[in-house]
Amino acid sequence: MKFLVCISNVPDTTTKITFTPDNKEFNKAGVQFVINPWDEYALTRAIELKEAQGGGTVTVLNVGEADTEPNIRKALAIGADDAIRVNAHPKDAFFVAQQIASIAKDGGYDVILMGKESIDYNGFQVHGMVGELLGVPTVAPAMKLDMSGNTATLEREIEGGKEIVEVNTPFVASCQQPMCEPRIPNMRGIMTARTKPLKVVEPTADAARTEVAAFALPPQKQGVKLIPAENAGELIKLLRNEAKVI
Amino acid sequence: MSVLVVVECDGGEVKKSSLEVASYGSQVAQMLGTTATAVAVGEATEANLAKLGEQGITKVLHDAEPRLKDFVNGAYTKLIAAAAQKEDAKVIVLANSNIGASVGSRLSIRLQASIATNVVELPKTDGGSFTVKRGAFSGKAFADVKLDGDRKIIAVKKNSIEALHEAGKTAQVEAFSAQLTDADFADAPKQVVMQDQAGGILLPEADKVVSGGRGMKGPENWGLIEDLAKALGAATACSKPVSDVDWRPHHEHVGQTGITVSPNLYIACGISGAIQHLAGVNSSKVIVVINKDPEAPFFKAADYGIVGDVFDVLPKLTQAVKELN
Repeated sequence: MKFLVCISNVPDTTTKITFTPDNKEFNKAGVQFVINPWDEYALTRAIELKEAQGGGTVTVLNVGEADTEPNIRKALAIGADDAIRVNAHPKDAFFVAQQIASIAKDGGYDVILMGKESIDYNGFQVHGMVGELLGVPTVAPAMKLDMSGNTATLEREIEGGKEIVEVNTPFVASCQQPMCEPRIPNMRGIMTARTKPLKVVEPTADAARTEVAAFALPPQKQGVKLIPAENAGELIKLLRNEAKVI
Repeated sequence: MSVLVVVECDGGEVKKSSLEVASYGSQVAQMLGTTATAVAVGEATEANLAKLGEQGITKVLHDAEPRLKDFVNGAYTKLIAAAAQKEDAKVIVLANSNIGASVGSRLSIRLQASIATNVVELPKTDGGSFTVKRGAFSGKAFADVKLDGDRKIIAVKKNSIEALHEAGKTAQVEAFSAQLTDADFADAPKQVVMQDQAGGILLPEADKVVSGGRGMKGPENWGLIEDLAKALGAATACSKPVSDVDWRPHHEHVGQTGITVSPNLYIACGISGAIQHLAGVNSSKVIVVINKDPEAPFFKAADYGIVGDVFDVLPKLTQAVKELN
């Protein structure tokens, strides 16, 4: 079975977010980039399923410029077999979805996995766009994924519960915890990753439908009002009379 | 031309988040000099749909197909696309829910529309451009996003728009059929499992949340969190380390890689306030932090704070709420 796992390159979760002086771009200076944490669930689960099936391939796909390659190599070190990088700045979700759909179509992948959303753009859109472009079902967000032959059983999170869904390959799923325990690379993986194939291709479509006009940081808090612990009940009065939230 | 609003219903009622979505849609319609039509998904009664008039909705399209009760991606997408065609909708507004994101992303391809999710304010339409403000960087920032093309889809974040209530206004409910076939229900769920709702309040819909961290010392102490939550009518939540060690279920994990919440009141008990946790809660209107460490970073993001032992403070707060009520 052929798995395609889409990963994005995002600022580390501890990053303090700042922007360029014109507020048009994220300020990358001094920032450590990681594999999007949600995508790690997709990657590890694909590797686990491949291992359980005793064959098949896991291909990692990233839409990004050359500076994303260290994290693509990291995905190979975790256990993917090969990688494709679409050499382009990911303009928006539609732009990225078109690249993924084109590669998925040409490569004849059975299962296309990605994280629920990226922690930088938080769009939660690419899964559905890819599914619609390919005309295949999408399951989002998936908390569990098992395969039996060409049939997948997934648990999809819904507000207040979950649905058990069955789909046949090919399909797209966006993944989140508790799907698996994301793996970290071991030394052997890091050594073998250096020689695994990483193909760089040019984008097949150029269209985007949205554009960021400006970024902004949330307004600063006014400062905390402290209430002495022995007088804790006072807080409840303030919440009713001053903040008016209870 | 019109604005189409997708309202999610459950157990006959329109969800609170969809009342906000309807209010958003009717205000966009007013800006564009047109009217807002709703299309209902899930289980809805006609009486409750007619009440969407209070949120400024003129007309509601209702497909009585019983299999629309549960979320089915294929069927919902086709239904909404058919409604959008019928109404010649230029703007489609949905909730930024798992349903809204699943359907909205597919619709954007089918209808060749631009889309923005996680939207927190009404659009700005000066000079022919159409710009919405959305949350980005997991709650650490906002982005003004320009939507291109003559069709736009907007998914509105919960609790960021005040729902309108114009008492007495009713919407006209119109039977509508999207001619759904068995094939459209191919990805219907085999089973739907709802969480045990002990307190009765679902975290994603809650407007008050009481949350616990490692400072609670163990799952056996969660009664203190639950007591306060119950007295306040709040949902319970937890930090990532707590769900990682299985003190609490994963669906209560609030933070950058868990649920992002934006309630009116968020009370953090024994949570230090790591940047990843703050990302999940910092759009809450009022944040209260209870921690015995005065240096806990969470105090910097708080509106009210108590430096003290949670085991001491929580029962006092619960008592004070009961006395107030």
